[in-house]
Amino acid sequence: MARIESEVGTRGSAFMKWVDDRFPFTETMKYHITEYYASKNFNWWYIFGVLAMVVLVIQLLTGIFLTMNYKPAAVDAFASVEYIMRDVEWGWLIRYMHSTGASFFFIVVYLHMFRAMLYGSYQKPRELIWLIGMLIFFVLMAEGFAGYLLPWGQMSYWGAQVIISLFGAIPFVGEALVEWIRGDYAISDITLNRFFAFHVILLPLILIALVFLHIVALHHVGSNNPDGVDIKKNKGPDGVPLDGVAFHPYHTTKDLVGIIVFLMIFSSVVFFAPDMGGYFLEHANFEPANTMATPEHIAPVWYYTPYYAILRAVPDKFWGFVLFGLSVVLPVFLPWLDRSRVKSIRYRGWMYKSALGIFIVSFVMLGWLGVQPAEGVYVMLARIFSILYFAFFIFMPYYTTIDKTKPVPDRVVYHG
Amino acid sequence: MVKAFRIGPALAALLVTSGAFAASSVELEPAGNDPDNINSLQRGARNFMNYCAGCHSAKYVRFNTLGRDLNLSEDQLIENLMFNAEKTFETIQATMPLDQAARWFGQPPPDLSLMARARGTDYVFNFLKGFYIDPDSPTGVDNRVLEGTSMPHVLWELQGYQTAEFSTDENGTRHFEQFEQLTPGSMSAEEFDEFARDTVNFLEYISEPIRSERRVLGVWVLMFLVFFWILASMLKKQIWKDVT
Amino acid sequence: MTDDVDRNRRHFLTVATAVTGGAGLVAVAIPFLASLKPSARAQALGAPVEVPIGSLEPGEMIRVMWRGRLVYVLRRDEEMLSRLPSSNDLLRDPDSEVVEQQPEFAVNEYRSLKPEYLVVEGSCTHLGCAPLAEFEVGPADDWFGGFFCPCHGSRFDLAGRVYKGVPAPTNLRVPPYRYIREDVIMIGAEAGSA
Repeated sequence: MARIESEVGTRGSAFMKWVDDRFPFTETMKYHITEYYASKNFNWWYIFGVLAMVVLVIQLLTGIFLTMNYKPAAVDAFASVEYIMRDVEWGWLIRYMHSTGASFFFIVVYLHMFRAMLYGSYQKPRELIWLIGMLIFFVLMAEGFAGYLLPWGQMSYWGAQVIISLFGAIPFVGEALVEWIRGDYAISDITLNRFFAFHVILLPLILIALVFLHIVALHHVGSNNPDGVDIKKNKGPDGVPLDGVAFHPYHTTKDLVGIIVFLMIFSSVVFFAPDMGGYFLEHANFEPANTMATPEHIAPVWYYTPYYAILRAVPDKFWGFVLFGLSVVLPVFLPWLDRSRVKSIRYRGWMYKSALGIFIVSFVMLGWLGVQPAEGVYVMLARIFSILYFAFFIFMPYYTTIDKTKPVPDRVVYHG
Repeated sequence: MVKAFRIGPALAALLVTSGAFAASSVELEPAGNDPDNINSLQRGARNFMNYCAGCHSAKYVRFNTLGRDLNLSEDQLIENLMFNAEKTFETIQATMPLDQAARWFGQPPPDLSLMARARGTDYVFNFLKGFYIDPDSPTGVDNRVLEGTSMPHVLWELQGYQTAEFSTDENGTRHFEQFEQLTPGSMSAEEFDEFARDTVNFLEYISEPIRSERRVLGVWVLMFLVFFWILASMLKKQIWKDVT
Repeated sequence: MTDDVDRNRRHFLTVATAVTGGAGLVAVAIPFLASLKPSARAQALGAPVEVPIGSLEPGEMIRVMWRGRLVYVLRRDEEMLSRLPSSNDLLRDPDSEVVEQQPEFAVNEYRSLKPEYLVVEGSCTHLGCAPLAEFEVGPADDWFGGFFCPCHGSRFDLAGRVYKGVPAPTNLRVPPYRYIREDVIMIGAEAGSA
C-alpha cells in the first residue's frame, strides 16, 4: 500500500491522496481501467460484453422508472401498463426501451456466448468466468420470464401457465412444487405479486452481483483474444504486455464506436418497430389476461424458443422436461468437454469448425421451430436439430481430441 | 470491420416481414388504411362514436388526446364525438352499462382501445365486412372471421345483408367462397369499404396514439447518433494511431 | 510538427466527443425526469371542481377537495367582515403583498372575488397542517376570529391573513377560482373574473 501513496503524491492532488489513504480509488482505476491491458487485435465480436453492460444499465434505469407507475396486481396490471403508454408523459418511450431492451439483452448475450465458443474463451484459465457467465444467463432467463408475466396480457398469463406447469413433470414433488411457485392453485394475483418482487428486487440484485464477479474474474486472468494467445507471455521491459493496449483510452474509444452503432440499431427498433412484428411485443399480449380462454397459438418469447422446441420435440412430459433442462445447462460443461490444445477457431481443424457450424444452425433452426405450430414436418425437424444440438456437446471430448489443429503463433495477429 | 453489425438490420428486416398475427387461419383482405391520414382518422372517429361506442368502450383513450392528434378543437370534440362525456379529459366509455351488455349478448363487448394492435387491422377490417345471414344464430348473423360471434350486424343499414357461400373439401372442412348481396344498404360496396377502412384506421390510431410522434422523434435520435458516431470514429482512429 | 497537429486534433476530438456524449445523456435524462410530472390522469383528476354554494348559511364553512388538497369555502356575514380591519396591526402581510399567496383578483381587503365568500386552501403555510376554524372573538384580546393551526400554533384572521409572531411565514393561499354561476364556484379554473 505504501507504494501507491508515493505514486499518488506525484499526481499532485492532496485530495486524491486523502481518498486513496482510505479507499483504493486510484489503485482500482489503474487496475481495471488505465492499466488493464487487453489484446490490441480484438475484433467486433469483442463488443458484446460491453454492450451487455449497456443493456443492463438501460434495463435498470427504465425498470426503476416503470415501477413508479406499474401496479403489480391482477386487476390493475394491464391497465397500468396502458397508463404508462398513454397517460404518463414519455412513459411510452421508457416502456418501449425496457421491452426492446429485454430482447436485445438476449441478442447481445447469445452473441457474447458465441464469441466465447469461437475463440475458446471458456478454456483454462477462464473456466470460472464462463461459469459465472452461465449463472448470469440463467438468472437472466428467470428475470425475463418473471418480467414477461407483469403486463398481465394473454401471452403473459398463458406463457407463464405453460412454463410453470413444466415443473409438474418432476416426479413426486412436481405438483407440490408448481403450487409452491404459483402460491395458488392457478396463476393469480399472488403469483403476479411475487413475480414482481423477483423481477424488480431479487433477480436484479443477484444479476448485478454476478456481473461484478464476472468482471473481477475476467480482470484477474485477463481477456482472451481472437488468436487465443496469452499476451502476458510477451512483456516489454516496463512489464506491459507487448500485444496489449490499455483499456483506457484505447478500448474505451473503440467500444464507444460500437456502443453508438448498437444504440442506432436499438433506437431503430424502439422508435420504428417496437413490436418487431410481434416478436418483441407479442400481439396477443395486447389483450388482457383471460383465464377462460387460451390464445389459439401460444409460443414463448423468441429468446426461449430454441429450448422450447426441444421440449416439444420429446413425446413424453418427463423426458421433455429433462432434455429441456439439459439443453439449457449443458453449455456449463464446455470448459471440460473441450479437449482441444488450441483456443481459437483460427487454429482449430475442420471437425470443430463443422461441429460449431452445425450447432449454430441447429440452435437458430430450433429457435425458429419454437414459434411454429408443433405439427407435421416441424416436429420431425425439431427432433433432428435437437439431436444435433446435443451431439455437439456429447461428442465434443472426442472430436476436439482427434481434430487436427494448426500451430498457434507466439504473438497475436494484428494488421495496424 | 463493421461487418458484424450489418447482420443486425438484416435480421431486423427479416423478423419484421415474417411476423404474423397467429390468430386467424382465414384468408384476409388487406385493410390498406393509413394512420397518417388525418381526414380518414377524423371520419373514423365519427364512425366509431356513432356505431361502436354505444356498446364498446375505448377506456384508455382520452378525448383531449384525440383532439390534439386529429386536429379537432374542443368545440368540435364536444359537438361531434362526446355524446356521453362532459369533459375533454374523460376517456371513451360505452353508453351501455357493462352488466346490461353482458346480459344481452352473453358476454360484455370487449374494450376496443387495443383491438387493432392485438388482432391486426386486416382482421378488424374483414370482421366489419364479414357479417352474413345465418338463421341458426341468435342474432340472425354470423361472421366470416369470428365464427359464432355474439355481436349483431350493427352496420346492416349501411352495408345491407349478405349471404355467404361455402364449399366443403374432401376432409369435410368448410371453406369460404364468396359473399352474395341479399338486400342493399344505404352505401355502395366501395363506400362501405371506405367506411370500414376509416373505422379500422381510427382503431389502429387509438391502439397506439404515440405512433406518429415516436417515428418523428426517432429520425432526430438517429441523426444525432450518426453525428456522434462520426466524431467517435474519428477519435478512435486518432487514439489508435499509437498502436502499431 | 505532425505530432503537434495530432495532439491538437486529439484534444479537439476528445472534447467534441465528450461534449456530444454529454449532450446526449442530458437529452436522455429529460424524458425520464419529465415522466415524473403529473400524468394525463393526474391532470384529469386535478381538473377544476365545481362547488355549489347556494345552500351555504352566513357564517358557515365547507371543506372541499381540489387536486387532493383541502380548500375552505367560508361565507362571511356582515359582522365578520366588519371585524377584518381590527386585526390589521397584528398581521404580517395585511395587504397581501406576497404575490404567490393569491391570484391577482384576491389582492384586496377581503382576499376574495366577492367579499362574502372566502376561498382559501386549508393548508397552514408553516408545515401544511389543516388549520381549525375559530371564528369567535376572544378570549384573548388580540383574537378577532379566524383560523388556528393546532400543530404549531400559527394564527390567521378571517381573510386567511397570518399573524405576526407565529411560525407560519405567509397568508393562507387563495387558489384560482371563478364564479361560473351566481351560486357555483369553480375552483382551479384559471381566469379569475366573475
